[in-house]
Amino acid sequence: MNKKIYVARSPRIAARMLGEEMLVMSGQGSTLFTLNPTATILWQAADGATSLDEIVERRICSEFEVKPEEAMRDAEALAEDLAKHGILLISEQPIAGPDSPVQEQQQP
Amino acid sequence: MSALMQEMGDRALRLGVPFSVQLDLTYRCNEQCVHCYLDHDDHGEMTTAEIKHLLKEMAEAGVFILTLSGGEIFMRKDFFEILEWARALTFCIKLKTNAVLIREAQAARLRDLGVESIQVSIYSHRPEVHDAITKVPGSLRRSINAIRFLKSQGLKVIMANVLMTENMQDYHGVRALAEELGADYTLDPTVTPKMDGDRSILDLNAGESALRRLFRDETFVGNVDEFCAPPPAPDEDSMESLPCSAGHTACYVSPYGEFYPCVQFPLSCGNVRQQRFIDIWRDSEQLKEVRSIRLRDLTSCSQCAHGSSCTRCPGLAFMEGNMRGPSTADCEKSFARTGVPSANLLASKEKISASRLVQIQIVPAITGSRLSGIGMPASAVAS
Repeated sequence: MNKKIYVARSPRIAARMLGEEMLVMSGQGSTLFTLNPTATILWQAADGATSLDEIVERRICSEFEVKPEEAMRDAEALAEDLAKHGILLISEQPIAGPDSPVQEQQQP
Repeated sequence: MSALMQEMGDRALRLGVPFSVQLDLTYRCNEQCVHCYLDHDDHGEMTTAEIKHLLKEMAEAGVFILTLSGGEIFMRKDFFEILEWARALTFCIKLKTNAVLIREAQAARLRDLGVESIQVSIYSHRPEVHDAITKVPGSLRRSINAIRFLKSQGLKVIMANVLMTENMQDYHGVRALAEELGADYTLDPTVTPKMDGDRSILDLNAGESALRRLFRDETFVGNVDEFCAPPPAPDEDSMESLPCSAGHTACYVSPYGEFYPCVQFPLSCGNVRQQRFIDIWRDSEQLKEVRSIRLRDLTSCSQCAHGSSCTRCPGLAFMEGNMRGPSTADCEKSFARTGVPSANLLASKEKISASRLVQIQIVPAITGSRLSGIGMPASAVAS
């Protein structure tokens, strides 16, 4: 892929970490999803300002033993899938979003 | 409930996460419903800042489903500020409201903020019945208009219908109205005591014959034979079962910061103005006691034929005087459903029979008592 793409968490979804997985409810038809650890990393890093290739390099390749090209292909496919469900926004430009007051979650 | 949501609830239970919280923002209300369990005066509601702080603590504790209720939530002038903050914290938000104050603009804002669902209280499809219950003329018309605004924004609306003496003929009409408006419908056949323990409003409960009719209406319960079948005998597994999610994965916070296991379970476990939400959730002795209770520990219900199939509410049992005791309202529902009296109802019947005999014995003595004047023992009067 030549152009940079940017990803942002959709403001219409509800989300919370539950154990190791991210629980996400899409505004579209109140559909519930769980994201595996890799998808969770991508979703959490999707701030609208960081490009997908930077997320892959900094957050995925640094934590998993995977080739950058392969990781990028998987990340693009995942981003498109999440976007299809209204969980993620994708753009060729940085995406502005509201400041979130979310802090680190505690383990009860 | 979807299978995935059930699985998440089970996981939250294993992890000790408060998955679902109801937060009442106010007890003030613009309706004065005859069956309401609340004191509508403001005794010192949490401020906007206090609520925002609490919501942040809840998000950090892992709360996912946040139900905002009241009183009437739109009575708070800062309602949308609170809602925006809660959505920024990525809660799944459910609202409970009478919707009287919702117009096009409010409905559009709720859509923009990604609210999951809005539950609206509707007691009858007939204005004269609904408005008599809310004691506000025109309230049905305004609530219906609001539901139309909400539906036009594509929002999920649930029409909640409490069944009581005043409206027991109308639930088919309310359900038809819900269908016409594109809303979901839910029926609750239980009027609960007031939070302060006053049980006078229980007289509004629809009664056994109305419940029997409802439980034999296949359009509501599906397969009547299956629904009304005698209860299966409780087995070892059911003896170890939890009564409900109250205090296990769910809890309630009042507008004054009081922390309870559930809105129907007024056992104070702490106050979020004095302690962190997570500290109350983890360490409250009251919650630990609630969490320790299994069916086998219940005084009457562990011996009851309905033990494994009853919808016993531990909060209603608590309000009757014992959180390990029966909830008579649920005993009555089990009886109306199956025709099999619960252990509690059988015991009450025995008590009533005994007390009737006693009444016959003591009446002459109380009334002053020509018979006692001539030295006749009271027991001889009864015989």
